[in-house]
Amino acid sequence: MSLDPVSSSVPERHVLLKALGNRSFLAGVIITGFIAAVALLSFVWTPYDITRLEVSERMQGLSLAHPFGTDHLGRDILSMVMIGARNSIAVALVAIGIGIVIGVPLGTWAAARGGLADDVLMRVNDVIFAFPSLISAVIITAIFGPGAINAIIAIGIFNVPVFARVARAGALSLWPREFILAARAAGKSRVLITIEHILPNIMSLLLVQGTIQFALGILAEAGLSYVGLGTQPPMASWGRMLFDAQTRLVVAPHLALFPGLAIVITVLGLNLLGDGLRDVLDPRLRRA
Amino acid sequence: MIAYLAKRLSIGLLTLLLASVVVFLALEVLPGDPARIMLGMNASPEALEALRTQMGLDHPPLLRYLAWLTGMLSGDFGNSYTYSLPVIELVLERMAVSLPLAFIALSLSTLIAVPVGIFAAARHGRAADTLAMGAAQLGVAVPNFWFALLLVYVFAVGLQIVPAGGFPGWGDGWGEHWQALRALILPAIALALPQAAILARITRSAMVEVLGEDYIRTARAKGLPWRIVLWRHALRNALIPVLTILGLQFAFLLAGTIIIENVFYLPGLGRLIFQAIGQRDLIVVESVVMLLVATIILINLLVDICYAIADPRLRGAR
Repeated sequence: MSLDPVSSSVPERHVLLKALGNRSFLAGVIITGFIAAVALLSFVWTPYDITRLEVSERMQGLSLAHPFGTDHLGRDILSMVMIGARNSIAVALVAIGIGIVIGVPLGTWAAARGGLADDVLMRVNDVIFAFPSLISAVIITAIFGPGAINAIIAIGIFNVPVFARVARAGALSLWPREFILAARAAGKSRVLITIEHILPNIMSLLLVQGTIQFALGILAEAGLSYVGLGTQPPMASWGRMLFDAQTRLVVAPHLALFPGLAIVITVLGLNLLGDGLRDVLDPRLRRA
Repeated sequence: MIAYLAKRLSIGLLTLLLASVVVFLALEVLPGDPARIMLGMNASPEALEALRTQMGLDHPPLLRYLAWLTGMLSGDFGNSYTYSLPVIELVLERMAVSLPLAFIALSLSTLIAVPVGIFAAARHGRAADTLAMGAAQLGVAVPNFWFALLLVYVFAVGLQIVPAGGFPGWGDGWGEHWQALRALILPAIALALPQAAILARITRSAMVEVLGEDYIRTARAKGLPWRIVLWRHALRNALIPVLTILGLQFAFLLAGTIIIENVFYLPGLGRLIFQAIGQRDLIVVESVVMLLVATIILINLLVDICYAIADPRLRGAR
């Protein structure tokens, strides 16, 4: 895997044109944009207030007043799905932030130093990789009790080695290149070269990986909330809604339908976006 | 080859050792006083003192770590505080559910994904390929526990051909074995299908790449039937990336098993760990976590070794 420096690759307008011609990218942008818009809208408006319980209207089917029906406490499912979108996105985004802020400096540092530093980092990476976010969440919850923060930390921890590996691999492929040699010959320090030349050129790799981790983060958050290790009631979350739906599957199957569909659509949109980005930004990384 | 194996083995053992330090630090040192966490705020001083002595908390951490480590190596994981049973007994009993479930799911997803991937690659760019990969793209996005709920709704609530949950135990004789297996069918499918979607995509892209190689064209030019070229020449090389992903996926499969057990009320390791969290039984949490982490590291080690056997070029690398 080799990368071109941004300066010598295709002009930006060309990339934009290519992006608009990529079906996967377009579909991804539209779906992800729609979910993000719904999540933002939920800050200012939802059809109903989900903190008000209307027990007389519990577990209603689909109607004009409640397009997605109501849950076992009479809360409007559409409103809860909207707020769930906000929570899922927030958890996944912060977890990516943790992964990037810790992982990228570590990965680029290992690539710049090489030798023992690199070996040690890779071994530590191996260890963290053995802790899927579910297991980290189990440990954190066992000590501190359940909460949304646990999910963020657990998913974030797992993101660290992912971004460290991607940043390291990208940086390693750049270090032997001529323009880096030129910068070294000019007397620039490794840190400066990393910031000025390496980072801008691994941005596209990080962007693609970020999209993939975003999708995985949404799935992980839903799973953690479903088993009670993530977002806690009364906060609405898709995973928690599915947990509540499970015991009522016989009487009100629609409770399980909409939160699940919301997860599928969001993850599908992000995956399409990631595939599209990869094709557009770096054709050589393209899946055959 | 021997040198490579020795190196891989020592790296695996080192990873395992580091992971055990992480688990120990996280669950026994970081919380300050594990006994207080386990007994809660209202515990009497006598009860706290008794538990501290039982857990050996009056010894320095390093000594406790070494005792814990040597204990595990000899099969002694300590005693569960809530069950008053050796943890190893609890774990072995629960593994009789979790391991078969994970294994059935893994086999099922491989049996579905590899042929679908090959099929799509052989029809690269045609309608069948687009259809199969569209389905896979959708499958990757489906959370397994939601898929499990849908399966329960259709096959257990609607058609009533399989139980919705619970596990009768393996029992004696074929009749009881069959009943136990029946209880694992839906959970295994729920785990396997989203997993198969990922694997099918990887198999396809590996196969498409291999099918573009010169030696495939040579084989075809020699007049070998397409079927033999596909299944014998191409598949062998395409299987290497597939194998790697299979190993990486095992960690997710194990985590998935824990979640899926909750959907179906299966008495596996997942149920054990969540009960232990609820009851703040840190000794059980610690042991099960360590066991899962060790399994993941061992599987990755095995995959690495298989990888080297399958592709001699890799032995020198790394």
